[in-house]
Amino acid sequence: MKYVVMFTSRPDLDQNVEPEHAKAVYGRIYQWFQDNGEHIADSGAELHPVTTATTVKYGESGPVVVDGPFNEAKEIIGGFSVLEAADLDGAIAIAKTWPALELPGVALEIRPMVEDYSQFE
Amino acid sequence: MDAAADRALTLALREESGRLVAGLARRFGDFDLAEEAVQTAVVEALTAWRRDGAPERPGAWLQVAAQRNALDAVRRSARQSGLAALAAAAPPDGTASDTDDRLGLLFACCHPALAPEARLALTLRAVVGLTTPQIARAFLVNEATLAQRIVRAKRKVVSVGISLAVPEPDQLSERLADVLAVVYVMFNEGFVSSTGHAQDRDLASDAVWLATVVATSLPREAEAWGLAALLTIQHARSRARFDAGGGLVLLRDQDRTLWDREALAQGDAHLERAAALQAPGRYQLQGAIAACHASAPSWTETDWLQIVTLYDLLLQYDGSPVVRLNRAVALAQQGGNSVDKALAEVDALGDGLASYHLFHATRAELLTALGRDAEAAEANQRALTLTTNDAERRLLLTRLHRHPLTDGS
Repeated sequence: MKYVVMFTSRPDLDQNVEPEHAKAVYGRIYQWFQDNGEHIADSGAELHPVTTATTVKYGESGPVVVDGPFNEAKEIIGGFSVLEAADLDGAIAIAKTWPALELPGVALEIRPMVEDYSQFE
Repeated sequence: MDAAADRALTLALREESGRLVAGLARRFGDFDLAEEAVQTAVVEALTAWRRDGAPERPGAWLQVAAQRNALDAVRRSARQSGLAALAAAAPPDGTASDTDDRLGLLFACCHPALAPEARLALTLRAVVGLTTPQIARAFLVNEATLAQRIVRAKRKVVSVGISLAVPEPDQLSERLADVLAVVYVMFNEGFVSSTGHAQDRDLASDAVWLATVVATSLPREAEAWGLAALLTIQHARSRARFDAGGGLVLLRDQDRTLWDREALAQGDAHLERAAALQAPGRYQLQGAIAACHASAPSWTETDWLQIVTLYDLLLQYDGSPVVRLNRAVALAQQGGNSVDKALAEVDALGDGLASYHLFHATRAELLTALGRDAEAAEANQRALTLTTNDAERRLLLTRLHRHPLTDGS
């Protein structure tokens, strides 16, 4: 099965992390992608900070453009990847090794990807 | 239908339904469909068996009914989706499989990705073979809400790919802890509510059975034996726990001749198996405490020193205020100024346990032992307003009107 893993963090807590520590974790993230190569169906994307977000939504007279993310949550999505695993436990086992999990406020959300469209026919 | 026949029916349902769900899920590759088919068969069995008497081979009867329901469901959905070949292509049922695949099913139902309140409900339905109305009555929850919760959990199992297999060895102990927690809660629900309201299944005895199935299937897991021991020993006391009027009888007042000695010996045997594996844990320690109570000739002749020691060890695994509260109850029995010491320890737990009725009930007992009757009555009143269970309410009401007892269980 394919699972989308969303890497989330809390920007308000990021500031507490020592730059040295962040750098070390970043190095291990590169290694993580190498180590899990056979389970990564799509390495996905890393996103620029949430301060760069622009939201388009429906307003009274058509689409309107606003500054900022789509919701006011403290947690923001910093990127995503697509994993290939036999079952949810397989995906969880990989997610548990994500190097940035040791940083405060970091969490991974795992969601199965729709692969079989016949259920919508 | 008489009680004995009804019990035979219950045991057959319990023994067969989990296996059938696992088998059909394997065959059709769809846990939701399999579980629904077996649930429908269970409901059919309850009606037909009570009307006509149990069939000679209840397991075979259920299997035929569940299989028919599953095939009907496949055909229905095949008509809807146009995949008519699916039903015909299903391989023959793997009835030759001797492995107990109920265990994998149980791991799936207790998966941490499911909401905690859904895990027990799903386990009771899919593994133990209870019907939704039975579960709703046992937990005093609205049937429609419960049904919705079960449906959501089942869909999640299917859509997110929760495996119906026993976890890999490196994940086993962590996942087993979740399974044992569900069985433990199942027992406590049944243990407390067994005379609360009329109901058709004894959840506590179902939990003892399930704990034993788990331990037997994973014989190298000490905590699985520990839980089986704990529940077996606690359940062995069940006949003494209620008086003729359905009132709760505390451990110190129980007629110990009513305890099931055979079951207690079984519990001790489970505990020895656990100890031989040399991997102590919270369930084994709780089991050891229960065994210590069970071997005492009377409340006053209980080895309180050993019980306090066991609680000290238990605190290393579970430092929760409830464990501290129970330790204080044992501490109070040691004579001298132990009641004052126990009360001081209990009072220190007030922040965490202010809304727990047994916190106030325990305080009341200790205050009474110290002759502080007015404060004791106040604590009893607090306890009474906090409990929702009939039998416990009656006990606390009795305590308000006569001399309180000295036991938390």
